[in-house]
Amino acid sequence: MSSAMLHSLLDEVESAKGPDWLKQVRVEARTRLLERGLPAARNEAWKYTPLRALESRGLRRVAADSQSVGVDPALYTLAGVDSPRLVFVDGALRRDLSDLPGVHGLAIESLGAALEGNAESLSASLGRSFDADAQVFARLNSALPGDGVVIRVAPGVKVEPLLHLVMLGNAGAADGYWQLRNVIELGEGSALRLIEHYAGGQGCTHLGNVVNQYSLKAGARLDLLQLQAAPDSMRLIRRSDAVLDADAHLEMRCVEAGAQWMRHDLAVALQGDRARLVSRGVFVLNGRQHADTRIDVSHRARDTACDLVWRGVADQRARGVFHGAITVCPGADGTDALLSNKNLLLSDQAEIDTQPVLEIHADEVKAAHGATVGQLDEKALFYLRSRGIDEAEARSLLTLAFCRIAFDSITNETLRSQLDAMLLERLPRAVLGGNAPQVAG
Amino acid sequence: MLKIDNLHVRVAGKEILKALSLEAKAGEVHAIMGPNGAGKSTLGNVLAGREGYEVTQGSVEYDGINLLELEPEERAAAGVFLAFQYPVEIPGVNNTYFLRSALNAQRKRRGEAELDSVQFLKRVREKLAVLHLKDELLHRAVNEGFSGGEKKRNEIFQMALLEPKLAVLDETDSGLDIDALKMVADGVNAMRDPSRAFIVITHYQRLLDYIVPDFVHVLADGRIVESGDKTLALKLEEHGYAWVAQRTVAGVG
Repeated sequence: MSSAMLHSLLDEVESAKGPDWLKQVRVEARTRLLERGLPAARNEAWKYTPLRALESRGLRRVAADSQSVGVDPALYTLAGVDSPRLVFVDGALRRDLSDLPGVHGLAIESLGAALEGNAESLSASLGRSFDADAQVFARLNSALPGDGVVIRVAPGVKVEPLLHLVMLGNAGAADGYWQLRNVIELGEGSALRLIEHYAGGQGCTHLGNVVNQYSLKAGARLDLLQLQAAPDSMRLIRRSDAVLDADAHLEMRCVEAGAQWMRHDLAVALQGDRARLVSRGVFVLNGRQHADTRIDVSHRARDTACDLVWRGVADQRARGVFHGAITVCPGADGTDALLSNKNLLLSDQAEIDTQPVLEIHADEVKAAHGATVGQLDEKALFYLRSRGIDEAEARSLLTLAFCRIAFDSITNETLRSQLDAMLLERLPRAVLGGNAPQVAG
Repeated sequence: MLKIDNLHVRVAGKEILKALSLEAKAGEVHAIMGPNGAGKSTLGNVLAGREGYEVTQGSVEYDGINLLELEPEERAAAGVFLAFQYPVEIPGVNNTYFLRSALNAQRKRRGEAELDSVQFLKRVREKLAVLHLKDELLHRAVNEGFSGGEKKRNEIFQMALLEPKLAVLDETDSGLDIDALKMVADGVNAMRDPSRAFIVITHYQRLLDYIVPDFVHVLADGRIVESGDKTLALKLEEHGYAWVAQRTVAGVG
């Protein structure tokens, strides 16, 4: 299927600079894109998120001269989170908005700068081919030259400060496109805490396409919060690929509190023995928002574990999609896998589609999964009202409580309250005055 | 304070309360006893305003107003409190936050000043001590992970904090050991007051050893079939509910 959208973007590929192997990667990706186009509606991975509307649109790369444009600090700051901060606007690094004090054992550079240095060290990450047609946006990301960040933590280093990575779409040209490619590598036994913060200026209609590649060497631990708070006019596609070696631990929280249309593909390979993924997530949708989360965890070694708890809330005419697949590969004995997905529909016209998939090819596996779509618990609602809390507030309170499982283990209270506030804003009739409700526990 | 007249209530198409009448004045404690399925909990739920309870006939007057017209939260602000037979667990909602929201929502509706956190906590600590509840419960989610006894004591604690004018206790004694039962009774007795009325719904006489009622009513098949003073509870304990049923039939004949 030919696509106006792809053609409009792919013209610049052949003239782009870079090492030969990278040029080769781009050309190959471009060729496949032009051959295969966007996946059709019958492609299982895009069944609930049709691309028809996108296909016919001509998109334009947002010009790099946006470097000088003013950006509201409210867009790239978070209460309770200080430096180091790294800010990308419209796909380009803004050094003037970033604040990167030197931290021992932590190397941060833009992808552009990294490619001018030891480019070879990035060939495995950037050279990755996205073979499935469903991975079309990652393919597009590979085909086009662009920036991003390369974060490397030296073996054994436990980075103390919380790193804040901001990816903004700034208001501007309609149908703008920008992309980022982030490579995050944790050396053996190292540890990093990272917030990926997706946001945008009010009314921004960009399509952002972000590919994150995480590599956790043996015993490394990454605590990751992906906070997606893009304006309701923006479209955002992101892919998060993680590979975990033995005893590595990825603790990941995703809060989807924005974007008009968004898709997140989270693929985690538990490659080494005893590697462990804990993933919590929530989306809160209203209006005509569309959010699609697709998780693919593969257990490829012994005694690996995943623990996935996701929640979804949809109001008005919003549509949420959740697909959670866990594959236990042959030989991955001792796997412990848990997937729970609960959803709340706040309106008759909202829709949430959830699909847990468990595929087991090993023995001695502990696996459980469950998914539900329902309404607020009437008993709890009556209980709160019988104590004097009015109905609208009781509903907000219960809905927020339902969502909190995604982030209630965050110890930074200020940040947690801000997440509360962000979600509350999206809930219907959010009439809670004064302080945001406290998190239990 | 409370005047229930000829109340008929249907639940899921089935008539549960049939011509129930009851009057409670300020300062009185009324015990309502009766066999399973008599409609005891239905009475509590109707008074608190739970959905799904259809009043087909009769009236409930509270402090001179038609209680049945009020939303549950309006009833709470007007001073009606139901201690639930099965308190609900609400994960993710902090107990302290819940209590303060409830108290301040009621006060706001009544046109009273809201309490700040210092005033609120002072009041909380006083009441906690009476119920022998641990501070730690305040930091947990509402009823989550509470033992059966803790849940019931938490109900009475909420009552003490909210200071209602009419308190309906729905089988608050069920599932309590003797120590917890005494704590609950202490909590209730501490609140007995000339301006406050209690309706204590119970299956067993035991609770009434500790909360001594002014009146005892027997509820059977949806209506009050016998009323008396506290000695009625003792007779029931001795003879069982069948005794009341027989007497009623005899009376009709």
